[in-house]
Amino acid sequence: MFGAFSTNHLIYLLDGLLWTVILSALAFLLGGIAGFFVMLARISRFRWLRRVALVYIQIVQGTPLLIQMFILYFGLGVFGISVPPLAAAGLGMMVYTSSYLGEIWRGAVGSIAKTQFEAAECLGLTRWQALQDVILPQALKIATPPTVGFLVQLVKNTSLASVVGFLELTRAAQVINNSLFQPFLVFGVAAFFYFCVCYPLSAWSRSLERKLNVGRR
Amino acid sequence: MHYQFDFGALLPYWQSFLSGALTTIEITVFSVIIGLGIGIACAIARRSQVAVLRAVVGVYIEAVRNTPFIVQIFFIFFGLSSVGIRMPIIAASVFAMVINVGAYTAEIVRAGMDSIHPSQIEAAQALGLSKFQIYRDIIMLPAIERVYPSLSSQFILMMLATSICSQISAEELTGVANNIQSNTFRSLETYFVVALLYIAITYLMRAAFFGLGLIAFPRRRRLGLGV
Amino acid sequence: MSVAVKLTNVVKRFGELEVLKGVSFEINSGEVVALIGQSGSGKSTALRCINQLETIQGGSIEVCGHRVEDPKLDVRALRRDIGMVFQSYNLFPHMTVAQNIMLALRRVKGMRKDEAYEVAKPVLAKVGLSEKIDSYPEQLSGGQQQRVAIARSLAMQPKVMLFDEVTSALDPKLTGEVLRVMEDLARGGMTMIVVTHEMGFAKRAANRVIYMHTGKVWETGGADILSNPQTPELKEFMAEEL
Repeated sequence: MFGAFSTNHLIYLLDGLLWTVILSALAFLLGGIAGFFVMLARISRFRWLRRVALVYIQIVQGTPLLIQMFILYFGLGVFGISVPPLAAAGLGMMVYTSSYLGEIWRGAVGSIAKTQFEAAECLGLTRWQALQDVILPQALKIATPPTVGFLVQLVKNTSLASVVGFLELTRAAQVINNSLFQPFLVFGVAAFFYFCVCYPLSAWSRSLERKLNVGRR
Repeated sequence: MHYQFDFGALLPYWQSFLSGALTTIEITVFSVIIGLGIGIACAIARRSQVAVLRAVVGVYIEAVRNTPFIVQIFFIFFGLSSVGIRMPIIAASVFAMVINVGAYTAEIVRAGMDSIHPSQIEAAQALGLSKFQIYRDIIMLPAIERVYPSLSSQFILMMLATSICSQISAEELTGVANNIQSNTFRSLETYFVVALLYIAITYLMRAAFFGLGLIAFPRRRRLGLGV
Repeated sequence: MSVAVKLTNVVKRFGELEVLKGVSFEINSGEVVALIGQSGSGKSTALRCINQLETIQGGSIEVCGHRVEDPKLDVRALRRDIGMVFQSYNLFPHMTVAQNIMLALRRVKGMRKDEAYEVAKPVLAKVGLSEKIDSYPEQLSGGQQQRVAIARSLAMQPKVMLFDEVTSALDPKLTGEVLRVMEDLARGGMTMIVVTHEMGFAKRAANRVIYMHTGKVWETGGADILSNPQTPELKEFMAEEL
């Protein structure tokens, strides 16, 4: 044995968990803002803009997040841009998040009947006003369960920031395991921490989904 | 700062890229086929009369779905080797993937099974079909047909997740890329090429699922519902 | 009398399919016109072209001084002059009756909340639903929802009102309450174009009837053409409607 798992290790892991949560929140915030624009572009009146958004989504959703992280990490490197690891990881997660949230939200907006848009336009509202007052409030309700569901994916995927050296929960577990070499224990504890964050979100998403379906019937 | 792109430096490595891509496809195909079987079995178990079975399968599904794949693969690969079980890297990768695919597939298939109306089963019972026949023809096949689009996009996500196997040094596309970039110092170019290859594989998979759907679900084809 | 709506040789195509094949008619201010015809005759499409929910491929449309086919048209100004009521009501489900009516008053006319509320109250009274002002659409019957939709359009004080099969989704009793509101409106001098299958309404309230068939204006005249059709197609259509 290389030594025992101690309270210090546990604190180190908890600290990693904190950074996982911070990175997730940052990615959700930035990715949410960017995703909103992706959604707007996807429903734009201009065909070229819809196309650009679609290509963006297909590239991001057609490549592994790991590769996106590497491209960003090395890309910033070769252009001599030095940013703190949190910013680099946050930026990578933002790109990923924006494409998925953009697509989820576009689906929600698309599920609102076209006649609602027509009715608003017939009253003289601008497209933007119609979106703001009529479409988005209704879409919000439909979009909430899958958005919360996506948060689970987001939290889990912050683990990939570990490969570009960001010290979050997975990286912390690796560091500890390298000295203790008790992978079942160390990664088991890390997995448990992830579970504690993700499971409530999964359960919440499911219950929101159920309520929405009851409301619609 | 100006950076000179040089994709030419990667040319000698085309065979490595290709073999990496093939390995990615191999891992995906094996884990999807085995994982689909496990997923269907778990979906059935989730509806079983035996409470213990339901609970065990439920814990498996939730544990997998709520923890990151990279932690799972470390747990399995390093964990097994710490107790003296040395698995070939590819086998360990497929093993970890299968566990994942199984859990996700189970949830999707279960949703499909739940969407089959009970009156369908009553009608089949009234016709005197056996329990097995009902499960196969009245519940399972229509359920899978219904969730086929979700299943195929989940499998594409799973293919993308195989890139994480590079973290236990699997020589799939991302692993190959890591090697090439450290040999050539052309990291950005390498990952661009690999990104394109991944996109190509996703399109390949979409085409394959489309074709498979046409063969497997003649009803959708004839009704023009798409697959 | 001034012309409120004028269609000249309007052509509308959906891809290959030509839905309007040179439609022309004029509607004067204060007139109530019933637009009738089989489904697929192009009557609803003609109505939708008038406030540019559909763009036309040929001919011209003039509404209260707006050239609808003009690429430089101010669409919002056009739509301020036109009110439209749909078959499926299209109330906003997340807003109360009052909020439904006040939305455009506030956002388009820039009224304050209390001003808009003062406008909403009397229009709602006009359709006989004062007590429902704080209800949500799903708490109302189909007929009540449709009357709110009419009030919502009326509140904007349009010069022309378009009605697109507004009673087709309602049972006979509810149809009656909606038609009564429309007849009141007609008596009040509103310019109205009404796409309808209600021949009783057409006879009672319309100054003029336009019968459309296969994308063309087939027969037009006073309400008496309904009891005395000139063309065999209208004759057959009337026989089917009864």
